[in-house]
Amino acid sequence: MSQVRVQPTADAIRAGARAIRRRNVEIVNAAGLGHIGGDLSAADILATLYLGVLNVDPDQPDDPERDRYIQSKGHASGVLYTTLAAAGFIPDSLLDTYMADGSPLNGHPDRNKVPGVETNTGPLGHGLPVAVGTAIAAKLDASPRRTYVLCGDGELQEGSNWEAIMAAGHRGLDNLVAIIDRNGLQQGARTEATNALDPLDAKFAAFGWAVRTVDGHDIDELLATFRAAPFERGRPSCVIAHTRKGRGVSFIEDRVEWHHKVPSAEQTAQAIEELSE
Amino acid sequence: MSERFDCRDAFQRTLIDLATHDERIVAVVNDSVGSSKLGGFEKAFPDRLINVGIAEQNMVGVGAGLANGGRIPFVSGAAPFLTGRALEQIKADVAYSNANVKLCGQSPGMAYGELGPTHHSIEDLAWLRAIANLPVIVPADPVETEAVIRWAAATQGPMFIRIARFPVTQLHRADYTFRLGRATTLREGADVTLIACGTMVERALEAATLLATRGIGARVLNMPTVRPIDREAVIAAAEQTGAIVTIEEHTVHGGLGGAVAEVVATERPTPMRLLGVPGVFAPTGSVEALFTRFGLTADGILDAALALVGRAAA
Repeated sequence: MSQVRVQPTADAIRAGARAIRRRNVEIVNAAGLGHIGGDLSAADILATLYLGVLNVDPDQPDDPERDRYIQSKGHASGVLYTTLAAAGFIPDSLLDTYMADGSPLNGHPDRNKVPGVETNTGPLGHGLPVAVGTAIAAKLDASPRRTYVLCGDGELQEGSNWEAIMAAGHRGLDNLVAIIDRNGLQQGARTEATNALDPLDAKFAAFGWAVRTVDGHDIDELLATFRAAPFERGRPSCVIAHTRKGRGVSFIEDRVEWHHKVPSAEQTAQAIEELSE
Repeated sequence: MSERFDCRDAFQRTLIDLATHDERIVAVVNDSVGSSKLGGFEKAFPDRLINVGIAEQNMVGVGAGLANGGRIPFVSGAAPFLTGRALEQIKADVAYSNANVKLCGQSPGMAYGELGPTHHSIEDLAWLRAIANLPVIVPADPVETEAVIRWAAATQGPMFIRIARFPVTQLHRADYTFRLGRATTLREGADVTLIACGTMVERALEAATLLATRGIGARVLNMPTVRPIDREAVIAAAEQTGAIVTIEEHTVHGGLGGAVAEVVATERPTPMRLLGVPGVFAPTGSVEALFTRFGLTADGILDAALALVGRAAA
């Protein structure tokens, strides 16, 4: 699949990420619902994965040998759907139905309705265990396919993640890449003020993972890091991606109240202008 | 006394046979190789026995991931922990995601008798029956256990199978065919219907024999599928016998009795008795002592049926 695909440049991915963000803001405004803060913090990560890393084919979304992308932070469905549209999995026009009555685009993704979605997430702490399962399946098949799982940082407070982190380390799943969207905010406050996660790198390392810390908005660094995985043979890879919630829109960025606030028409226009240069 | 069987033996025997012929079959356990009786499976297929340790939420999520990767996982652990600890994973990762995962709840009901209510699984049918897209199946004997496991492997989609440890007699002939959502009539009768599942089916049959000596004809239905319930069989029982007793190794709230009552109340209101654990945490006791305490014996079923038929006739 990707062997015959032309690898886009970092500049092309940057442009793609800007387009994803603009569309994301539009659909949240139109729906009157969404989680724009967590959408925008993950946009560069999703754009890099879908436009530059993942071995997936929108014409064969069920290909058994595809890479798996599992989005544990299911509330960031806006950026997932917008990216799936940008990557050709769903028509762009479908995004206009985001969270509308009867739309396949639920507030949290449903794999039975949306091609490209691997598992239904929404309740937190579910993606990593499923990702461990898809990675074990690939090992059983002796297949080179990879699993990438995106977790919010706040959701790492769920204990189920640590069951999965322990199991992945124990089994040496070097075909698994966990990406932590480390924006430092959860719904109600800063993660470190709520139930601190740091030192997060040391925690993953202690469970047997190879850890790299990156700027989650630097496309060049994300590309190089994802392409370098596994960071060590015989260990799962963890990318702690430092991000800013609401990245790219001045009045949303790093503000806790924008976890699921909805931009007005004027704010949407301003956001799109800021995201256009 | 006829020979008695631990249904886990049929479970493992069948799973090993299936796995021999189908690469896709794997087992996922939570340090429960022994309690799931999967030691032989592990020996035969060491790479296909995935032990995630004492971590039920991860166990169910890993099962969903393995299904995503094309495997057919039988996720097996003690019923109270598999269902209670991982309930949200069962709902979201398995049922709602429509993952091809076979959840196998071992040693359900009060099989862990003396170990107490933490280890009793008498809420699982109620919890899981409330979840959409999740068949809930309770085999009654080793023949039915084997039939259900074979059906599960051949049928796409999520399901929960409750596998008894408490020894039961063989009730079905070797050529028995399991059909989802279908009750089997083990005995005909016109005065009352006894509807049971799992370990309680043979006790219902014994009670029917006792009832016959009193001149009361009891129909006995084995209801292996608690969800989707066999509505036709329930309605026919209500219409044709006018009285129904349900018997289950489970709380009387929301399990087999609840499922039958939902049909009866909406389709054909009929007097009922619901036998099971009456909404309490059981005291310390052996399985048999607890069964006796809660009337889950041939005599207990007999008493309930007599009281019901008396009332129905009045």
